[in-house]
Amino acid sequence: MTVSAAPAEAILDSSRSPRRRALRGTPGAKAYGLATITAVYLLWSLLPVAITVLFSFNEGRSRSTWQGFSLRWYTWDPTGSIINDESLRVALLHTFVLAVLATLITVPLGVLFALALDRWRGRIPAGANFLALITFVIPEIALAIGLLFMVTYLATPFGLGTWAQVIGLVTYQLAYPIVICRARLLTIGAHYEEAARDLGASALGAVRRVILPMLFPAILVSAILVFADVLDDFVLVRYLSSDASTETTSMRIYATARAAPSPALNAMATVILAVSILTIVVGWLLFRRWARRQGEKADMGSLASTL
Amino acid sequence: MVWIALFFLVPLYVVLCVAFGTSDPVFRTAIPIWNPLEWQFAQVQVVWERLFGADNFYLPVVLRTIVYVVLAVCGCLLIAFPVAYFTARFAGRFRGLVLALLIAPFIISYMMRMLAWINLLQPDGLVNSIITLGGLLPLEVNWLSGKPYVVVMGLVYGYIPYMLLPLFVALDRISPSLLEAARDLGAGGVSTFRRVILPMSIPGIVAGTLLVSLPMMGDYFTSDMLSKSPKTTMIGNLINLSIVSPGQAGQAGALLILVLLVLLVPMVWYTRSNARAEVRS
Repeated sequence: MTVSAAPAEAILDSSRSPRRRALRGTPGAKAYGLATITAVYLLWSLLPVAITVLFSFNEGRSRSTWQGFSLRWYTWDPTGSIINDESLRVALLHTFVLAVLATLITVPLGVLFALALDRWRGRIPAGANFLALITFVIPEIALAIGLLFMVTYLATPFGLGTWAQVIGLVTYQLAYPIVICRARLLTIGAHYEEAARDLGASALGAVRRVILPMLFPAILVSAILVFADVLDDFVLVRYLSSDASTETTSMRIYATARAAPSPALNAMATVILAVSILTIVVGWLLFRRWARRQGEKADMGSLASTL
Repeated sequence: MVWIALFFLVPLYVVLCVAFGTSDPVFRTAIPIWNPLEWQFAQVQVVWERLFGADNFYLPVVLRTIVYVVLAVCGCLLIAFPVAYFTARFAGRFRGLVLALLIAPFIISYMMRMLAWINLLQPDGLVNSIITLGGLLPLEVNWLSGKPYVVVMGLVYGYIPYMLLPLFVALDRISPSLLEAARDLGAGGVSTFRRVILPMSIPGIVAGTLLVSLPMMGDYFTSDMLSKSPKTTMIGNLINLSIVSPGQAGQAGALLILVLLVLLVPMVWYTRSNARAEVRS
């Protein structure tokens, strides 16, 4: 058994050959030009964000002149800090609530979906699989407007606001656990489950005690992806939000970055970023524990290759 | 599956009904028509008129969107290809680190990355203070007031990770023995690239292009954040404006359907080719 499931891109991508690392380190290859391009690209892609984080700790109001380190925009500024400005505080809290709710619903649902697709063959599951993949590539705005119209014109048991947002997010994110868990199920194959059945496990017991533990890395990765992605979501949550109490951080940034900028926005974005990073670290630690218990090699590569 | 049917198919149907519905003459709210046989095409006609009729102020927007997206996709490809190629082939012991840094933008919120550029490009931002050497030179540029190249740069910046990963996966799969074989058979660097590497990276290029261009088509926030000017309006902005202004829900729906119809072919093709690849394995 290998820890690394087939790369999920292999499902998204067109062919599924096993990962090969053979290209690494071609002897005598000189690639200074390419190395420079890569370095410049990385600088270009990450430096602006680093500066944003840096200026969230600025003493003054400026977002371009450094006036000394302070936590003013996080804690003690009487009106502008993320603790004291109610709209920012509400937005942060709501973002986390949405992320937790959406992850808690999306991941189990997606795993069940993947299990169902794995064993039920025929036209209906093929169609369902197709739909699930379409939600992956359809512009988010289409789903958002569709749900907005649905909530507005149809009598639905939920109105605009938190639940509409959660439902939209779950629908949009469902493809992650489905694709990742299916890839993993394909590499696991059917014989483990058959062996469990032969040893007397019930159908449900075989899934619960054999398949689910083996799926763990895939579940973990999809949970991290969904959580981090929901933290960042903008289009869906904006159209499905009802009032100021269901605003998220991305909506605050969108609404005020140009009109009423303040380093508190940087601070808010930094908090979200920190939580995303924390999620990945926690996920990594959980994965390492799992891998140890299974007696597998636990390095970044084997987790990343689950992707 | 019920979930997807309920919250994916039904909303799309409602969009159709709203787009083909009428609007209330008094309150200017849209009245959807549920029976497909009674659908009216007034809203679609309005949109069509604005696209191709006498009053065609949508058309420049559509053309602009296409130009922006094409430019941004080319930009993504030009930057992502060498980076992905380097990471796949030459990164050596830095490979893990470089890969982690390439994935990093995924976990940074899109809005935060736009905010970063707003900070840098604002009139008294760092970019201006660098090019004017702290106010010495009169080179100050108001970057955020409807500069098309700033918007295209923002699109490239925002979506390039989605181009990098599929490219990396495709390039990573090319076995070096193939490259050695090409060299043994007398191919030089350029012709190895052109005749071996490039053809083999086509799946990655196609996947990356689709993953990047489809969301760009519905994007309105990049233009809103980095320009706020009607000079850089994209299709996404049109849809967004129709949604937030009263009485135009039907037009938003009609516009959305037109966009989806155009995008349907690449979306279905991409999804099917994936599904087929899955079956093959």
